[in-house]
Amino acid sequence: MTDSPSRAANARTRATGLRLLDAHNLTAAYYTPEGNRVVAVDDVSISINEGEVLGIAGESGCGKSTLGAILSLTAREPLVVEGGTLEVDGKQQRLGPRAKVQRTWRGSVVSLLPQGAMNSISPTMRVRDLVFDVMRAHDRGVKRSEALDRARDRFEELGLPARALDAYPHQLSGGMKQRVVTVISTLLNPRLLIADEPTSALDVSSQKALIDMLLQMLDNKIMSGVVFITHDLPVLRTVSNRIAVMYAGKIAEIGDAEQIASEPRHPYSAALLGSVLVPEPGFRNKRVKGIPGSPPNLLNPPSGCRFHPRCGLAMDVCTKEEPPEVGDVLRFSSCFWTQQNPGTPVPLDRVIPSEEATMVETDRELADQLAGAEEGAR
Amino acid sequence: MSDPKVIFRGTGVTRRFGRGKNLVEAVKNVDFTLTEGQITTVVGESGSGKSTLARMVLRLLPVSEGTLEFNGTDVTTITGSARADYWKDVQAVFQDPFSAFNQFFTVRRLLSRSFRLLGERAAAEARMEEALNHVGLFGADVLDRFPHQLSGGQRQRVMIARALMMQPKLLIADEATSMLDASLRVNILNVLTDLRDTLGMTILFITHDIGQANYIADQVLVMEHGEMVEQGPADKVIFDPQHEYTRRLLSDVPRLNQSA
Repeated sequence: MTDSPSRAANARTRATGLRLLDAHNLTAAYYTPEGNRVVAVDDVSISINEGEVLGIAGESGCGKSTLGAILSLTAREPLVVEGGTLEVDGKQQRLGPRAKVQRTWRGSVVSLLPQGAMNSISPTMRVRDLVFDVMRAHDRGVKRSEALDRARDRFEELGLPARALDAYPHQLSGGMKQRVVTVISTLLNPRLLIADEPTSALDVSSQKALIDMLLQMLDNKIMSGVVFITHDLPVLRTVSNRIAVMYAGKIAEIGDAEQIASEPRHPYSAALLGSVLVPEPGFRNKRVKGIPGSPPNLLNPPSGCRFHPRCGLAMDVCTKEEPPEVGDVLRFSSCFWTQQNPGTPVPLDRVIPSEEATMVETDRELADQLAGAEEGAR
Repeated sequence: MSDPKVIFRGTGVTRRFGRGKNLVEAVKNVDFTLTEGQITTVVGESGSGKSTLARMVLRLLPVSEGTLEFNGTDVTTITGSARADYWKDVQAVFQDPFSAFNQFFTVRRLLSRSFRLLGERAAAEARMEEALNHVGLFGADVLDRFPHQLSGGQRQRVMIARALMMQPKLLIADEATSMLDASLRVNILNVLTDLRDTLGMTILFITHDIGQANYIADQVLVMEHGEMVEQGPADKVIFDPQHEYTRRLLSDVPRLNQSA
């Protein structure tokens, strides 16, 4: 707890003004067997500066992982990327049904650390065999010893025991496995690492070790930027420079981590923050309320602002029109309330409606919606 | 107020796995008590023996040494029908609401299976409805659904309802909220506190997240490498930790405010 402010301060200085990645108008949809089109990421544009960690937050089913798949160029059926451009170091990559992705981009320009990566090492393989596999996939001629030397150096540089390379996955703890897989996914020095829920399966101590390692990798210039996807806002506040809050396939708010954590400008960010539990006296014997209901079915997203059915601040206009983006490219909130009350943090007690009874009723329709969304995901 | 009653007592509980060179003591000589009508939380990092302890309390794993006492009777070595009777009073909810379901069973079939343990079918429907209501669901909405038609939060609530079918005195929740996102998590924790407040249920809640422990626990047990390093009332353990390990666990928790 004592060193987290200094780490956060470090993160601030680590970020430079140089642009690492610009992603414009990313749109991707899942196609269900019935031929329905479920738009999971809808016209999202984000930018990341060199040396920056961008956090992506939101509930399950808001499109966080889909965005990760688009950015890492790993989208596969039934997910279809329908449009958008990625720009890294001035090189453009068009995305879309007919766009060709250069093979060299995957792994060396953008690299994905997928959800549950720690369980992706084959139980019958030693870690070093995986290292060789990964290296060989990108360089046919690489020698086994070269690949291992590189991994060993990297392990030593980051303070991991090199003997982990000779271990089978069951001999490593969960936290160690996750760190090992993280190092392997960055062996090719990608410009951008997309980490999808890297800490969610770990206990707090292993979480901290992984986060420290990621920040050290940024310091050592192993990669130049990280997209960190999680629903855990306290983790994001410690690790990221900026946080993007996603809701129903769109970015609800994006801003500096500190500002989102203390003065959210979008009702959804405020509601997410409201359900965070931290070990502080204020949380004893107090009833914290979760956000009633769950995210909408993206097959038929609500009209206007997609959060309005669950938002206590919703006005008439929210149900009819798309909310405006208030702010600039790097920091904005798409909300009518914010537009009308510029510079004011969202009052949390008004976002979550006080009566609890509504939630049981909404559950029925939400289950229908969810069933639809899950089918879409398959 | 009368003296709080101790409903469960573990004395010198030890569990070893393997033998010889591979011997691992997962739980080492642990003493603890659960007080009736309270939520007791076990915290500790992965591999500290929390789940092993829970499985022993549930009598799914035999203990290597020590005794377990439930309501004054020794349950350390009960088997067969005596153990089945024990399970009428002690039920559990586990971590993963996505794999705990048989995907071919409706919620109705899932819940009615627990009547094998109870032996009376007649009361089934009424009991189902009651159990579902306790977790904020209605039978008409969920009973004829398959697991894939339920959301993660609903599944975990159905799992709690399944445990409640037996009207247990002690509910064990092993990382029951770890796989849910923050907003759903709060809802499930509220279900647990409601069970304590309205039914007077005793709950053994296992988590690695001190934030959650702080929110719901009356009593906290801290485990490190199989040893119980600290236990006491939640306020005391969390805000005035005596053991260094507890302090470290607390300091590793990411905060929302720098000042904290």
